[in-house]
Amino acid sequence: MSLTAVAHLRTEIDRDLCRRLLYYMLMMRELEERIELKLYRQGKVVGGCYTGRGQEAIPVGSAILSQPGDWLTPSHRDMAALLIRGITPKEILAQYMGRATGLTRGRDGNMHMGCARRHCVPIISSIGASIPVAGGLALAMRYRGESGVVFNYSGDGAASRGDWHEGLNMAAVMRLPIVYLCNNNLYAYSTPLDKQMVGHDIADRAAAYGLAAEVVEGNDVLAVYDATQRAVAHARSGKGPYFIECKTFRMSGHSAHDPADYVPKSLRERWSRKDPILMLQKYLVDEHAADERDFVNLRQQVLAEIDQAVEWALAQPFPDPSTLEEDVYESV
Amino acid sequence: MPATTYVEAIRQGLWEEMERDESVFVMGEDIAVYGGAFKVTKGMLERFGEQRVIDTPLSESAIVGAGTGAAINGLRPVLEMQFADFMACGFDQITNFAAKCRYRWGQAVPMVIRAPAGGNIHGGPFHSQNVEMPYVHTPGLKVVQPATAYDAKGLIKASIRDNDPVIFLEHKYLYRSVKEELPAQDYTVPLSRAKVRRQGADLSIITYGWMVHVALKAAGNLSGQGVSVEVVDLRTLAPLDRRTVLASARKTSKVILLHEDTLTGGLGGELAGIIAEHAFDYLDGPLVRVAAPDTPVPFSPILEEAFLPGVKEVEEKARWLHSF
Repeated sequence: MSLTAVAHLRTEIDRDLCRRLLYYMLMMRELEERIELKLYRQGKVVGGCYTGRGQEAIPVGSAILSQPGDWLTPSHRDMAALLIRGITPKEILAQYMGRATGLTRGRDGNMHMGCARRHCVPIISSIGASIPVAGGLALAMRYRGESGVVFNYSGDGAASRGDWHEGLNMAAVMRLPIVYLCNNNLYAYSTPLDKQMVGHDIADRAAAYGLAAEVVEGNDVLAVYDATQRAVAHARSGKGPYFIECKTFRMSGHSAHDPADYVPKSLRERWSRKDPILMLQKYLVDEHAADERDFVNLRQQVLAEIDQAVEWALAQPFPDPSTLEEDVYESV
Repeated sequence: MPATTYVEAIRQGLWEEMERDESVFVMGEDIAVYGGAFKVTKGMLERFGEQRVIDTPLSESAIVGAGTGAAINGLRPVLEMQFADFMACGFDQITNFAAKCRYRWGQAVPMVIRAPAGGNIHGGPFHSQNVEMPYVHTPGLKVVQPATAYDAKGLIKASIRDNDPVIFLEHKYLYRSVKEELPAQDYTVPLSRAKVRRQGADLSIITYGWMVHVALKAAGNLSGQGVSVEVVDLRTLAPLDRRTVLASARKTSKVILLHEDTLTGGLGGELAGIIAEHAFDYLDGPLVRVAAPDTPVPFSPILEEAFLPGVKEVEEKARWLHSF
């Protein structure tokens, strides 16, 4: 498998970029594995665990291009977008464990987290609802004459929601600066794409509403990066919203409780050969930009960070039940 | 100074807030060039420009979602639903997202959703409903309905300055049927503060919106028959001013809960619960609900008249309760 050629990879800057891409993909992979395969089974994490295993290239290849003033609305399969915005593994783990120091202070669980300071809006569980919200975030930036862009993340299931259609249409009409990253992982929970829609590409629908739209190999982090560069340049220059459909596959169940027996084995096997982390590593080896030892070292660094973060999170206090009724309103 | 109508009072309040604070903007269907179905935003496009007076596609959910996004990102949107009935199309955005932002992630959503509500205008099942209760039942939302022009202006201004999402229900029948002289200077009417519209000794009618006027008329008629009726105008339906409700119940010991909304699941049941829990010892009669029957709002004037609670019905129930 060949990755998109990126010119001048051998310069130090691009080696640094690739290292960062690899780091965030690895961190997301290992942190989610720790949560789903260990902490969840140990009962240290309760509730749902929604991972983006196999889809890491999408949040990483796109969010890495976000500027401090930009806003992001990640989905539940985009943990790396939060990491890139500076949300730490400690905060993520405290959130998963329902602790007072998690980003929602125990008011919400799992990937349902965000942070206004770092311009990340938490997922809205009614999938697709973030599409119009992205419009408002973008509208406010243009209102103030800022050049910011909104990075909106959703999946194939979202494209069946009315909000998706209303939101894309309104963004196109208003020419709002938004980059939509659609992870088309072929399944909405257990429902395969052909039961969600007739046709092959979700991007066709975006194009029908007048958005610039393209389809990319979603497991190729450099392809996602390239497409996002085009999209951000388009949106930032006032040409309106841009839609990127990333073809990918969910290498897990919908949630930790779901063995995903409904997925044909052959399909899973086919996609297992397109692991985004292994693809980038192979590319770096082929380009003589890194070797196995580098990858082992990087993984060890990531695992050590996670160990520390887990230890820290487990020691965090649970919320005080006496705060239950706080923050429903500013004041009554 | 000439009297100002309820609808003009809302327009003035909104206009003054637009002048006062550049982060306030309006967005909705047919509101810019056309000035809105009820002309509340008339003239605003010319004064404030298309950046702040925004016509949208016919997409209530996207309007609310975009409003919430803009509020998160530092603006103060005032959204117009063309009719309150169509707010249902944005229900998910309102209840699942806007209402929960502060609780989930400490994020303020300073947004007002204006929605023309209520009947007695021969609007039929889709243009006459009183839709307050699903929103009253959603923690995180504030729900307001003014009954007078003075309150309409003061409450819209207070709602815009508030840092929580406010559902601002405007009664369509009151738009041009009530008017009064308004102060020249800036004023607001605080949220979550009910007002005793008429003092009375024998029984209380607790109500809001157009029914405040129905209650006042009934109270006037009853006073000639020796029944002294107190009328409490809630003004804000959520969070409720329990103190004023309970004070009136304790004072008169007999309470009618009156609303134009349908009976089952209406605010009257909630008010009855509050009074029964906290003022039971003071009561000298049953808590009486007067409300529309549990049907859609009918169109034909004779049917609609039968549907809506009226002065006569309120008087009859009041006399019955008084003699209990």
